[in-house]
Amino acid sequence: MNSIFVYCELTEEKNIADVSLELCSKGRKLANQLNVPLEAIVIGDVDENIARQVSPYGVDVIHFAKDNRLFPYQTLPHAAIVIELLKNEQPQIVIYGATPIGRDLAPRVASALRCGLTADCTELAIGSHIEPKSQKEYKNLLLQIRPAFGGNIIATIINPETRPQMATVREGVMKKEIISNSYNSKISKIDTEKILKPEHFILQTIERHVEPQKINIKNANIIVSGGYGMGSKENFQLLYELANILGAEVGASRAAVDAGFAEPERQIGQTGVTVRPKLYIACGISGAVQHRAGMAESSTIISINTDPKAPINEIADYVIIGDVNSVIPKMIKFYKQNVK
Amino acid sequence: MSFKIVVLAKQVPDTANVTQDAMKEDGTVNRAALPVIFNPEDLHALEMALRVKDKIKDSEVILLTMGPVRANEIIREALFHGADKGYLLTDRRFAGSDTLATSYALSMAIKKLWPVNLIFTGRQAIDGDTAQVGPQTAEKLGIPQITYAEELIDVDTSSITIKRRLDRGIEIIKSTLPCLITVNHSSPRCRFRNAKLVMKYKKATSMSELQDRNEDYYDLFESKPYLKIDEWGVEDINADIKWLGLSGSPTKVKKIENVVFKAKENLVLADNDNDIDKLMKTLINSHIIG
Repeated sequence: MNSIFVYCELTEEKNIADVSLELCSKGRKLANQLNVPLEAIVIGDVDENIARQVSPYGVDVIHFAKDNRLFPYQTLPHAAIVIELLKNEQPQIVIYGATPIGRDLAPRVASALRCGLTADCTELAIGSHIEPKSQKEYKNLLLQIRPAFGGNIIATIINPETRPQMATVREGVMKKEIISNSYNSKISKIDTEKILKPEHFILQTIERHVEPQKINIKNANIIVSGGYGMGSKENFQLLYELANILGAEVGASRAAVDAGFAEPERQIGQTGVTVRPKLYIACGISGAVQHRAGMAESSTIISINTDPKAPINEIADYVIIGDVNSVIPKMIKFYKQNVK
Repeated sequence: MSFKIVVLAKQVPDTANVTQDAMKEDGTVNRAALPVIFNPEDLHALEMALRVKDKIKDSEVILLTMGPVRANEIIREALFHGADKGYLLTDRRFAGSDTLATSYALSMAIKKLWPVNLIFTGRQAIDGDTAQVGPQTAEKLGIPQITYAEELIDVDTSSITIKRRLDRGIEIIKSTLPCLITVNHSSPRCRFRNAKLVMKYKKATSMSELQDRNEDYYDLFESKPYLKIDEWGVEDINADIKWLGLSGSPTKVKKIENVVFKAKENLVLADNDNDIDKLMKTLINSHIIG
């Protein structure tokens, strides 16, 4: 039976990216449901032991291309390898991270293979579909579930006729789960010399600056998050103070990021990071659907807002009606007073 | 004109400002209740194209869009900002196209405009947020792509150098031409409308708009040909209907649902010492903080 493939990307530090491991875990579950093998694609200049980082997540075959020209990622050579591989292997499903790399690569591949691609999925499942007109039944389709229309609705997308069925999946929405540290993956080496041609390297990288990851919103236990209601970048300083004493990270809504109050890496929501912390303190965030989708699963939610009707209040455990500039100093004061 | 720059743009519903009125009972969106706008990142793409035009002599910026006749509004808008010409792909047989079918139609239209030196488009449109049409169009044209472009570093008649945004940094990439570039919202905003251009192009119109208004167009287009917005259908771009519309779209929508969040029973507190003190005590005692 035709396999499920996961395109695995490398981090700047040349490890397999978290999002790819998350997708391997999801891919494993889908593969079990369909009773087919799970296969990964690893392309870069790394050694086999790095490629093997995916094994514990239940990958049966690792298609591995090693070539010094393949890191950092570039569209044309990576696309050429993936297209060639998918043509030969004919998988039924291929998933990619909805990252700058996955979102650059997957559409290029989909266009070449003339297959369907759904961007930014937040859930994948296997299911059947009956075409209303013809009453034709399709079994074991990949149900690609994603927010649509600016996040105001959730759509389930299918590719009834074309293969492979492809999707990109948001980082942080699937859980990383180790099957066994001794899971046995077979390595299948890709002969890059046969595929790569000079025209794949017409883009020249002139400069590259990559900063080490400083902000780690995804794994924070406590998040103090600010919205447009914070009013200014200076007022955001208050959030850093509170975050500092609570041992928290500072997050932001899209509106706050767009207004320049915080760095894009801090953005929480459908177009940012999805988080599930122990405590989420939403400061001056009205709570558009897109924002709530990225934090609604936090265990405890506090909303500080001057507007009692702010949508975020509906999903909050505690709602403090008031101005953040007055409430947060009080929180800091009473935290210091009460903590031992 | 020897150097051709095409900007792919889309008129989109303003999904960032969806009000309750725009949501139907069944959770679907009432498109008619939403105002339409020039897709924000496509305006950034237009700006980058205009900056290329500023640098290269004898270059022209052509706006290409696909949609209903109403989408001519964004062509006029682009002319007011400095574009030279606009084409609207409009045909009932384009309707229902997913990103693959859309990129096919756009690539066929671009081939009709060929030789084209540069293509700019927004990273993604706010109604679908897929970011797929740019790369798919590049693939169909067999040209390289640079996605997430943030700054035009340099351009000449044979190459372009672009700074692009990465997750945690930037990359400066040089490409030969032709090349397709998708522009990120972190790039410079579009310049303002130019008053002279607004005067010049205020009456820019397509044939079907004039027919709708029962106006005579022969005289107008004869004396001022630059006011004509060209409309192209399937035959004009030599497209095969097999690859267009619903039949050319491998993705199908199976189901649409409203976004539902579990409402919680919440404790409402006031901004006073007593309430905040109690809250911090509760959080500390339940080991959520501290």
